[in-house]
Amino acid sequence: MNSYAPANAFKPIRSMRQSLGDDSMATMIEARGLKRTYKARGKSIEAVRGIDLSVAAGEIVGFLGPNGAGKTTTLKMLCTLLTPTGGSATVAGSDLRQDPVGVRRKIGYVSQAGSTSPEAVVGEEIISHARLYGIDRKTAEARGKELLAALDLSDVWSRTCGSLSGGQRRRLDIVMGLIHEPTLVFLDEPSTGLDPQSRANLWTHIRSLRDRLGTTVFLTTHYMDEADSLSDRILIIDHGTIVAEGTPTELKKRVSGDAITLTLRHEEDARRGAEIAAALSGADTPQIEAHVVRLHVPDGGRALPVLLADLTKAGIDAIGVDVNRPTLDDVFLTLTGRSLRD
Amino acid sequence: MTFFRDTWIIFSRAMRLSLRQPLWVLIGLLQPILYLTLFGPMLQRIAATSGFEGDAWQVFVPGLLVQLGIFGGLFVGFGIIAEWRSGVIDRQLVTPAARAAIICGRTLRDVVVITVQAMVLCGCAYFMGLRVPPGAFLIGLVLVALLGAAFSFISNAIGLATKSEDALAPMVNTLALPILLLSGILLPMNIAPQWLQIVSDFNPFKHIVEALRAVFRSDFTNPIVWIGALLAVVLVVLGAWVGSRTLAAQTR
Repeated sequence: MNSYAPANAFKPIRSMRQSLGDDSMATMIEARGLKRTYKARGKSIEAVRGIDLSVAAGEIVGFLGPNGAGKTTTLKMLCTLLTPTGGSATVAGSDLRQDPVGVRRKIGYVSQAGSTSPEAVVGEEIISHARLYGIDRKTAEARGKELLAALDLSDVWSRTCGSLSGGQRRRLDIVMGLIHEPTLVFLDEPSTGLDPQSRANLWTHIRSLRDRLGTTVFLTTHYMDEADSLSDRILIIDHGTIVAEGTPTELKKRVSGDAITLTLRHEEDARRGAEIAAALSGADTPQIEAHVVRLHVPDGGRALPVLLADLTKAGIDAIGVDVNRPTLDDVFLTLTGRSLRD
Repeated sequence: MTFFRDTWIIFSRAMRLSLRQPLWVLIGLLQPILYLTLFGPMLQRIAATSGFEGDAWQVFVPGLLVQLGIFGGLFVGFGIIAEWRSGVIDRQLVTPAARAAIICGRTLRDVVVITVQAMVLCGCAYFMGLRVPPGAFLIGLVLVALLGAAFSFISNAIGLATKSEDALAPMVNTLALPILLLSGILLPMNIAPQWLQIVSDFNPFKHIVEALRAVFRSDFTNPIVWIGALLAVVLVVLGAWVGSRTLAAQTR
């Protein structure tokens, strides 16, 4: 029964969500030509150069790009923290320019800078934050405690925020961002600075946000693994424009294809093996290196059984076969000519 | 109205945080008390020889009160930079709260802290020998509160605009020193040479100090009292305007 406790803790939120109806929430974010130009020392710098994006209700969308690509600027514009210098957007049903207060009521924002003063008490920060949304103390306390429990922070209510560990503090930021039961949550670099275990733990919680509550999640990250393991869909941003968009699998398939490495008994086999492999649909020209053949195919999982069957038919014995899926890092490299880590 | 409700929420949070660190409030208190005990007695000697109007305490304590209002307010900007750095300002900006409330709530906290410090200062001065009517004390407190509000707004605005302690510290010092020296806070300006008196006439704080000194001499009908009060109110309005504008500019 214990494992159901967090699910129960989320229940009141879900019932509220249902009453909103589904169709009004079909599109959570719709941005057209969103632009942001900074003026610095007389020069204007285009941080974001006209971004179009749409996010459906219930999606987890990862906004991936290197530092300085315009991720945080875009996020801040969508959160009403930064006025766009061009373009328009509808966020959670309200127009970004005409009704920023309407947007603020419905969205949650978890900044990479945090949300609490180190010397403040957790419970007091939560209640004070909730009251800014017009939520009364009693409701705020009940809701805050439920959310803390759901994020494995049950015993921190009376502790000071500064006494929490990095991972706990980040989850507290998420609790703060969720206190008014937003339909859409923005997470800015949620796992930056966390140790691997805390990151994995945080990802579980972010996923359960959507799975249990149906909350739409829009997150920025410069970590490939984070975007890959969390997002339903990824938008890749570089130099202020979106350069690619799709599910992690789609992106990888589209850009580089899977690498197949075929190890055969001798060079004669390798030459014949390469001919057979080249006949696979969508394959590029195989590279032969002694008795090893390397080639790329759009879908390694599908190509492999065909390849092995053809080899057997030709009487060739494979010693070993490797299929390597491309990483999002490869995708980024192919799209921009630069590694994400640069 | 949402502005007043939000200001109250921001104020309560800020006040609670200040009360968690009473040490800072105490350190803020210590300064005027040190002036009172270590500088005040010397002034009594001078008062006997120079042309002071009123006794030494009636001259000195108004200056200390004005100084408390100015300096108590000027240094709060460091706090808002720390809050901005820990993400609290953005976190509050992203709520539907009234924009101005986010700065007004903090300034209200500063005003409360400064007013309490001023009350302690007046209490100590009473024990040292200051004798003025209760109404004069009250006017003194209101004036300190107004000055504290004006400078808290300005300091918070500079803090938010620069977001750097390294930029705020020299700005605050550059602002504070001429204000202090040209206001006759430590010694009355009427013992200064002619040119210095003329320069100090352009310092509004000199007139505010003069106004409070008149009040402490029970010279309530002196026109300088109205001038000083008006200047203080103008400063608060100006500060509030600058503060709210700077806060609104955060999202621009």
